[in-house]
Parts: sequence; C-alpha cells; structure tokens
Amino acid sequence: MPSLRTVSRWAAVVLGAAIMLVPFVWTVITSITPNGSLAGGPTLVVKDPTLAAYRELLDALPMWRIALNSLWIAAASTLFQLVTGSMAAYGFARLAFRGKGLVFGLYLATLMVPMQVLVVPLFIEMKTLNLQDTYLSLLAPSIASAFGVFLLRQAVESLPRDLDEAATIDGAGHLRIFTTIVLPLIRPALATVAVFAFMGSWNSFLWPLVVIRSPELMTLPLGLSTLQGQFTTDWDVVMAGSVFSILPIAVVYLVAQRHIIAGIAHTGIK
Amino acid sequence: MSRRGWRNRGWVLFFLLPSAIPLVLFTAVPMVSSAWVSLNRWNLISPMQWVGVDNYTHLLSDPATRDVFAHTLVYCAGYLPLVFAGGLGLALLLNQRMPGRAFFRAAYFLPVVTSWVVVALVWKWLLNPSSGLVNSLLGALGAPQPGWWTDPAWALPAVILASAWKDLGFVMVIMLAGLQAIPQDVLEAARTDGAGAWQRFWRVTLPLLSPSTFFVVVISLINGFQVFDQVYVMTGGGPSGSSQVVVGQIYDLTFRYGRAGEASALSWILFAVILLITAVQVRGQRRWVHYA
Repeated sequence: MPSLRTVSRWAAVVLGAAIMLVPFVWTVITSITPNGSLAGGPTLVVKDPTLAAYRELLDALPMWRIALNSLWIAAASTLFQLVTGSMAAYGFARLAFRGKGLVFGLYLATLMVPMQVLVVPLFIEMKTLNLQDTYLSLLAPSIASAFGVFLLRQAVESLPRDLDEAATIDGAGHLRIFTTIVLPLIRPALATVAVFAFMGSWNSFLWPLVVIRSPELMTLPLGLSTLQGQFTTDWDVVMAGSVFSILPIAVVYLVAQRHIIAGIAHTGIK
Repeated sequence: MSRRGWRNRGWVLFFLLPSAIPLVLFTAVPMVSSAWVSLNRWNLISPMQWVGVDNYTHLLSDPATRDVFAHTLVYCAGYLPLVFAGGLGLALLLNQRMPGRAFFRAAYFLPVVTSWVVVALVWKWLLNPSSGLVNSLLGALGAPQPGWWTDPAWALPAVILASAWKDLGFVMVIMLAGLQAIPQDVLEAARTDGAGAWQRFWRVTLPLLSPSTFFVVVISLINGFQVFDQVYVMTGGGPSGSSQVVVGQIYDLTFRYGRAGEASALSWILFAVILLITAVQVRGQRRWVHYA
C-alpha cells in the first residue's frame, strides 16, 4: 500500500493540474455552449453543443488571416533576432576594435528601457515615416534585441578560442568561422533566444494596440481584445476566439516543449 | 591606416550594423525623443509647447499619480508572494521521480505560453460575478461571491489571481532548475547529521536556492511594475479607476486625453522607479543570496 506521503503528494499534484487545466477546459466548453444557456451558470454537460460561436467569430473578424499574421510575424522576428543577435555576439566576442566597451554598454542600456517609455515616440516615428498600420511597423521594434545580443555574446565568449585560431591558421575568414564553427556550437543559446523572441512577439499586445487599426493587419491578442468590445456579453464568441488563439501556440508548445522549458530554465541559472 | 586595419573595420561594421541600425532607429531615437517630448506639452496634433520640467512636477504632485503607483504596488505585493510560493511548491512536488511527471510539468507550464490577452479574457469569464465558474463553485460551497472585476475592492485581486495563474509555471521551471542544481551530497550530509525534512528545507534547500529566488524576484518586480495587458483587458483600469496601473495611465494620457508630454514624463518616472528597485535588490543580494 502506498504511504500517506505518496498519496498526499499525488493529491497535491493532481489538484495543481486541475487548477491549471480547468480554465482551458472551461474555455472549450463555453465556446460550444449555445449562447442562451450561458447565463444560467455553469453546467458540465453541454446540452446541444454548437459551433455557432465559431461561425460568428469568423464573421466578425478575419480570424484565419489574423492567426497567420501572428505566426509569420513571430517567425520573422525570431529569425531576425537570431541573425542580428548572433552576428553582433560574434562581433563583440571575437573582434577587437576601439570603443568596444562603450558600444556594448550602449546596447545594454537599450535593454533596460521598457517598451512603455518607447511606445509614444515610436508611434510618432511610425506616423512621421507614414508606416503606421503596416506590417513593417509591427515588426520594426523586434528586428534586433539587446537581450539576444547579450545572451549570445556570453555563449560565444565561453567557446575556447583555440578553435577559431586553428581555423584561422587553416585560412578560414571571419565569415567561415562564424557560420561553420561558432553558430553550431552556440545552438542551446540560440534556442533560448528563439523561444523568448517567438513568445515575445506572439504575446505582444501594447505595441500592436498602438500602431495597428486595420483588422486584416491585426495579431491574435489585438484581434481578441477588439472582440470583447463588440460582444461584451457574448462569452461563447470570446471563448471561441480564445480557443482559436490557443490552438496554434499549443501545437508549437507540444512539439518544442522540451526546448521551450529548457530555454527558460537556462536563463535562471548563473 | 593600414590595409589590415581597414579590413578589420569592415568586419566590425559587417557584424554589428544589422543589430545596431534597428536598435538606433527603434530604441535609441525613440528614447531620446521621449525625453524631449516629456519636457513639452503636446496633444500629438498641434505643435509642441516647451514647458521644461512642469510635466514632472505636476505628475509628482498629482494624486492620480500616487493612486496608479499605489495600485501597481498592491498588484506586485499580491502577485509576487502568490507566484513565488505557488511556483516553488509545484517545483518541490515535481522534483522527485514520479509517474506522469513530464505530463504535469507540461500542464503547469501551458499558461506560460498562452498570451496575456487570452488569459485575461478566460479569467474575466471565470470570474464573471453572476455566471462565472468560480462564483458558482463558491456559491455551491456557501462561501461569499465577490463581484470581482465589477467591484472596486475586488478588481485588482481578480487581476492578481489571473496573473499568478499564468506565471506559476514560469517560476516553477526556474525553481526546478535551481533545485536540480543543488548537490545531493549536501542534503545527504544534513540528513546524516540528523536534520529533519523541515529543517533540511529551511536550512539547506532554501538558502541554496537563493540565486533562483533572486532571479525570480527581480524579474517579477520588473514585470509587475510594467503590468498592463491583463488590466487593460479585464478591468480597463476600472471600476472608477480602482485598478488603474502606471502603464495604463501612460496609455490613457497619450491616446485618450492627448497629454503625450505628461505620458512620456510618467514613463520616465516609472523607468526610474524600476531602475531604483532593481538596483536596491542587486545591492542587497549580498545579504541573502548564496552562490554555491
């Protein structure tokens, strides 16, 4: 017979999972419950389940396009940050130049400025450049991230220099060393940066809220938030929208779960 | 300059410009112009009007500023202990071999990858005062049913609850990594010395976890002071301003009241506060953070 300790541990673990998962289950249940029967309070068994809320959702907003926007913008900003970040990391870790410390310090300074400080002038900048309400404006602030540069520089610094010295003797230039030696060796750090870049873009709300107006340029968080204004009480539609936005990221998460969790754990360890 | 020197300079530009150009354009330039805007009166449309530090002095004496900072502090004070205790608890539970461990870890982490807007909407519905799941459960138990986001006294707690739920998994993963870095022989030595489970936790595990704890506290407070998405979606700062936070105020000042100068000034005050709090923690860490 299992000991009392084992049983209580299991009870706690299961209770924890219930607290974390029930809201998701509830979201799905609500989304297929006929709108009229929601006001009566929760029931576990859905009478006459319906997809009406999903149809209403697709009528209200170009949801497929919005989901696609979220996906490609997150993918693009991840790619940009990996390329710009790893190149800068190599520059800081392996090239000697005057004022390097100062330049790196300036990079770090941008890391400390929160989005909230930037949002007003960035909006004005986009307006002046006539870029507001475009994909470019959505993408612009996440092309390069000082956080990525910082993390990747640490990774490059920790590689033994003998490797690139040997390659230099063999006649390899910076570009060859960077692409064939450094990049493959810093893959774990690249994965961490990728996770943060993707999640950062996927979840980003304040900036899209400020700069995007057209429904066909919206990302999922922004599209969803407008739903609330239009359907203050239509919780079935809002929950259908939530299911719609959770599904793509849940798939990404299930596929890359190990890397995502490792990537996050990696940042906490000194 | 020698040919070699020029070539080296070329490489430096090649590797740094792809990140330097966007950082200058989309971070440094806005940063400088934000500082400039904060010294002017401006409604985003008519020309700016120089007012010096008036925006700052006005904000510092404005009761509304005090309120939004107070609400933000209350948010942090509620959120931090909840995520920390919860996340540490989950990490301790999962830090042992058990069947289904990978599943539970994945389940606890799922809210972390869900966007804030979704979490806020889902919790707004769960905490719906009349037909939400939480109040129905409370009602079935005979407990009082708060008005949550419709009640000035409960709006912030509702936001805190949703936020802690989302971030528990994040804290758990950090603490789990910290727990796994604790050498087993140290705990073993404590056990042979006769320390009980309780004592081992308080005297060995917790002090050795302090670097992870430090990381969680610093990050949570930085994020906590910047809280916006979930407040905007769940309460819009209401009812009657009872849950308005600093960033919400920056947003409203700019886009609702056309007071961009004050908004920029407020964002710099917020930045200064975050910087100060972080600096104090980094200085204070010597007293309680033990690096192995």
